Amino acid sequence: MDEEESWVSSFCNVLGHEYFAEVAEDFIEDDFNLTGLGSTVPMYKEALEMILDVEPEDDSDSMGSASESLSGDPTYRRSRGHQRTASDYSVIESSAELLYGLIHQRFITSRQGIQVMYEKYLANHFGFCPRVNCNSARVLPCGFSDTPGQETVKLFCPSCCDIYVPPNSRFQSVDGAYFGTTFPTLFLMTFPELDISGNGRKDLIASSSLNPSGGRRGARDTILPPINGIPANNIAPGLGKGKKYEMRIYGFKVNERARSGPRMGWLRDKPENLEELDEFAQYGGDAADDSDSAISEIEDDGEEDEEEEVEEDDEEAEEGLAYGPGVGASAVRVKRERGAKREEVAGEVR
Amino acid sequence: MDDYNSETDSDYASYWRDWFISTRGHEYFCEIDEDYLTDRFNLTGLQPEVHYYQYALDLITDVFDFDCDDETRESIEKSAKHLYGLVHARYIITTRGLQKMLEKYKKCDFGRCPRVLCRSHPLLPIGLSDVAHSKSVKLYCAKCEDVYSPKSSRHATIDGAYFGTSFPHILFQVYPALIPPKVNERYIPRCFGFKTHAMAALARWQEEQRANQDRRLLEAGVEVRRVESETIGDDSSSDDAS
Ligand SMILES: [Zn+2]
Ligand SMILES: [Zn+2]
Repeated sequence: MDEEESWVSSFCNVLGHEYFAEVAEDFIEDDFNLTGLGSTVPMYKEALEMILDVEPEDDSDSMGSASESLSGDPTYRRSRGHQRTASDYSVIESSAELLYGLIHQRFITSRQGIQVMYEKYLANHFGFCPRVNCNSARVLPCGFSDTPGQETVKLFCPSCCDIYVPPNSRFQSVDGAYFGTTFPTLFLMTFPELDISGNGRKDLIASSSLNPSGGRRGARDTILPPINGIPANNIAPGLGKGKKYEMRIYGFKVNERARSGPRMGWLRDKPENLEELDEFAQYGGDAADDSDSAISEIEDDGEEDEEEEVEEDDEEAEEGLAYGPGVGASAVRVKRERGAKREEVAGEVR
Repeated sequence: MDDYNSETDSDYASYWRDWFISTRGHEYFCEIDEDYLTDRFNLTGLQPEVHYYQYALDLITDVFDFDCDDETRESIEKSAKHLYGLVHARYIITTRGLQKMLEKYKKCDFGRCPRVLCRSHPLLPIGLSDVAHSKSVKLYCAKCEDVYSPKSSRHATIDGAYFGTSFPHILFQVYPALIPPKVNERYIPRCFGFKTHAMAALARWQEEQRANQDRRLLEAGVEVRRVESETIGDDSSSDDAS
């Protein structure tokens, strides 16, 4: 093992794979973590062997030099000595990538994996929000969908609660499903004491001492009381008054009644008094118990939001079922008003 | 003063300006017409801002003819770039300048919005201050109405005052047909398929603000173009980064 880089390490060292965590071997070896993947990934067994650097069983030493010519690529070197053609390798190789990606999606939402991502986050491996008013807040990799082959990896900014395209085109070949839709949210729930605004970045880099919940030790004092289960100063710190871009002409704000006036202020807005968001307190219901359980802090939107959130529900629903908490059957809905409108703009601008 | 109406033949002589706009990092600049530069009225007030003002202007207009040492030449060169930038901020909000920047906008010379739900909408350069040497150039997206930092570090050293705070908004005032329809679709983070309370509550509050604005505008008789969402979904090839 020592003399050669493992398949996992070499995969994570590929240019464009900077966001990936190295999935621990014992995580991959635990069958429970691989539940359901056998039927999703072609040549599953071979792919798994490749990931784990296991020499195939039907190997014979006499074929030792057969694939020596391929050894320039470290990923092929692992299977040296086995009688396979180059095209076999490329099939297995791409299966191994898919399998690794799907295991990765699960790993980074496990206790062990989220810690690895936490270290990467602190080391700025995921980069920063491009939005000026987010003040270089750190972003988290995520998928727009949990199903592979749909969308490439995106970056979620907890400061403005929006998602962005990675700045470099090398990430455009990375599948977003390998990170999944759950990771950023679970990450922020797991480390509620993180300072997610751009300003505290340097402090955080310096501080590596973690409290039992994975947060920053000693940071408690500065945390405001939680609203809906999240510390108030971690609710979209990059939004609201003073953090919204205001369009101006010759120094004067453009009036919203102007045809070209502002229409998107809502997207970057936030109530000045965050308690307005505390719907439990507002409506006199039971306040959310402050348990650490992620489940208590999420809401069942299975039925209520027919209008918004259309596109990715189909995958989400499946995924949700696979994970347990019963998701409403709000699966497929009709997309409205697309296409045509877009042509129109395209025609004008291009 | 804004109007430029003859396509002069003087273009062949614009060596310095050709060089300037083709320099790496200067991709956001357009070429200022010679007629605009030679009309003193357009340069009102810039003299005290620029050292070697006259020489710098001569350099920009390719009539520089001054024997000087390398050090002075370098200073003049630097002044010329600064002067060009200051004039540029004024020029791009003239009729002719807007047209030139519009061409660049259509070619996506300023890049595309990094926000996923803006679906690669083209950006426009903008300054966050009209005072030189205060902030580097940023990029404005007309779809989300927000400003972003340029991706490349080579643009991080370009002065935002060379584009000004008003330019994109004047462009859309002059060309209202180019204002993109605003999209209601927004991202709400999820956990195992569920939205979190805090984020969903914030989203609801924001949508309420939007509804309030629409009500105000309706009462004022102002038309609002909003769509629920654009493309995505079915075609898995909807790779916004193409
Ligand atoms: Zn942000
Ligand atoms: Zn945008």
